[in-house]
Amino acid sequence: MADSKYVLEVNDLHTSFFTDSGEVKAVNGINFKLEPGKTLGIVGESGSGKSVTAYSIMQILAQTGRITSGEVLYKGEDITKYSEKEMQKFRGSKCSIIFQDPMTSLNPVFTVGYQLEEAIMLHTNKNRAQARERAIELLKLVGVNDPEKRIHQYPHEHSGGMRQRDMIAMALACEPDILIADEPTTALDVTIQAQILELMQKLQKELGMAIIMVTHDLGVIASMCDEIMVMYGGRVCERGTADDIFYAPAHEYTKGLLRSIPRKENMNKKLVPIGGTPINLLNMPAGCAFCPRCDEAMKICLTEVPEEIRVGDTHLASCWMNVKEAFENSKEA
Amino acid sequence: MAKYISKRILLAIVSLWIITLITFFAMNAIPGGPFNKEKATDPAVIQQLEARYNLDKPLGEQYRLYMKNLLHGDWGISTKSGRPIWNDMIEKFSVSAGLGLRAAVIAIIFGIILGAIAALNRNKLPDRLIIFFTTLGTAMPSFVLATLLLLVFCLKLGLFPVFSSENPNYTLPVIALAVYPMAYITRLTKTSMLDALNQDYIRTARAKGVSRTKVIFVHALRNALIPVITYVGPMVAYILTGSMVVENIFTIGGLGSTFVTSISTRDYPTIMAVTIFLAMLMVVANLLTDIVYKLVDPRIKLD
Ligand SMILES: Nc1ncnc2c1ncn2[C@@H]1O[C@H](COP(=O)(O)OP(=O)(O)OP(=O)(O)O)[C@@H](O)[C@H]1O
Ligand code: SF4
Ligand SMILES: [Mg+2]
Repeated sequence: MADSKYVLEVNDLHTSFFTDSGEVKAVNGINFKLEPGKTLGIVGESGSGKSVTAYSIMQILAQTGRITSGEVLYKGEDITKYSEKEMQKFRGSKCSIIFQDPMTSLNPVFTVGYQLEEAIMLHTNKNRAQARERAIELLKLVGVNDPEKRIHQYPHEHSGGMRQRDMIAMALACEPDILIADEPTTALDVTIQAQILELMQKLQKELGMAIIMVTHDLGVIASMCDEIMVMYGGRVCERGTADDIFYAPAHEYTKGLLRSIPRKENMNKKLVPIGGTPINLLNMPAGCAFCPRCDEAMKICLTEVPEEIRVGDTHLASCWMNVKEAFENSKEA
Repeated sequence: MAKYISKRILLAIVSLWIITLITFFAMNAIPGGPFNKEKATDPAVIQQLEARYNLDKPLGEQYRLYMKNLLHGDWGISTKSGRPIWNDMIEKFSVSAGLGLRAAVIAIIFGIILGAIAALNRNKLPDRLIIFFTTLGTAMPSFVLATLLLLVFCLKLGLFPVFSSENPNYTLPVIALAVYPMAYITRLTKTSMLDALNQDYIRTARAKGVSRTKVIFVHALRNALIPVITYVGPMVAYILTGSMVVENIFTIGGLGSTFVTSISTRDYPTIMAVTIFLAMLMVVANLLTDIVYKLVDPRIKLD
């Protein structure tokens, strides 16, 4: 297959969980493209499908979960067609992931060294001794002090921040092209959060991988993302640069999201949480997913899923408001 | 670790001593004695016998003498057979332990395998079948199971000979002993395996590119076995010492039936010896369990 300009391309991805109470449609047609070495931020409130998107790419969904349609292209090759064996080769070597909770993400009964060496040996021809050397090197790289000693310890002997460093070291063991970080700092103290993000940026510069940064906290990642994608109900609401999203939000959900977090612009205003409850993925609304909670909802929002419309050079949004505005603007002109 | 073990041994000695104390005075508190038979015996003979076993002395003195002998390795003489207890006890124990060891090994191996199968096929046919039979296995009292096995396989079908010392066939008694712990281990393994498979570190392992088999048998099973070990340790000790029920039904002369007989005949030295011996086994089993536990789960601190 032809080499692609993009290291990762996701086309119309749908993922569902088949539970006793029915089909939970967690991801409903996600599209994005990621260039080598770039950073994509994915934001959205809890339950918007960020993690499911990430797990779908890696195909590490829970047993009941399945990609129901769409493509995930790695350098132009559709990995949803891969066999489990091929996926095993892909995971950890081409694409790695780190998770939200470093306290539970490492296996408690194996040493940190064993778990690092396992990741290394799975994808290289290194023997245990060579893998150990590499593991020590990796721990040094992610800023773990005294790695020769730390490597013999069990996860419970490391602090939360150190465990996230261990996880990053493990993810980078085979220098993947893509690193997915699923809320890597949510479980950590604020000071440690900054350190971990700084580390990731430093490593990205050194190793040149693309990063998908998942978060529900827009403020934290804005500065490090080339593009930000806002998700709601398993769909993309809006995408653009950090400036686009922050200074010219073009989707009612994004506007609500911005009103709910502290920023320079609303320093003197009260923070307003988005009203209403997150949608029921068992029973998706026919039109815009955000419609039941949207103050600006119109008739069309009830019945038609909004199309993604370009609202700026780098800026796209899926909200009928933009169509209305475009229509009114054209009338004025 | 060494410090922990020596501490535990010290504690064990204290508890063993308390056990001797309680057993000794409790058994003497029960009316009757070794030589109080229904049929009249010559009082002179009884007096002579009681003198031989120190039974004519005050209780405290009897206890002191017993403990003194025990500490010198003398486990006493049976009031029933008149022979030294130690050799007989070890012989009976080897019968019970032979039986118990086989049952324990079967229970552990099959329990873990079946539990893993049930967990990996949750709500599918293999799981349903396994759950059905393990529920049955844990609900059926061992005397019912042993009697059924004996009736069906020995007496009706004649597949196995009735157990005798000349013609020992361990199959049925081993099955009767193994069913309950096996069923229990199966259920324990299933629950803890399901729990382990849902943990974040399993997702991490998959995300690294670890194969499905290795995820299950290395990353999940190792964690899933932790609760199983806590059950297996005491279970093994218990099963090795013999089940009086199963031994009685299959008429196997093991430690279990020795113990029962010694109580009904008020064979004081044998009661003491068997009790202390069983308690020692339990203590050792618990200590070994703790050590294995520590080896499997590094988060456990022994102190
Ligand atoms: N194993 C599962 N079975 C059924 N539904 C699931 C499962 N995993 C996720 N979901 C559903 O998919 C939806 C999206 O979940 P997801 O974990 O992607 O949210 P998220 O955006 O990552 O939120 P958070 O910020 O809480 O991590 C949720 O509403 C959830 O109910
Ligand atoms: S499409 Fe309609 S309902 Fe959806 S966010 Fe825009 S205005 Fe609100
Ligand atoms: Mg998530």
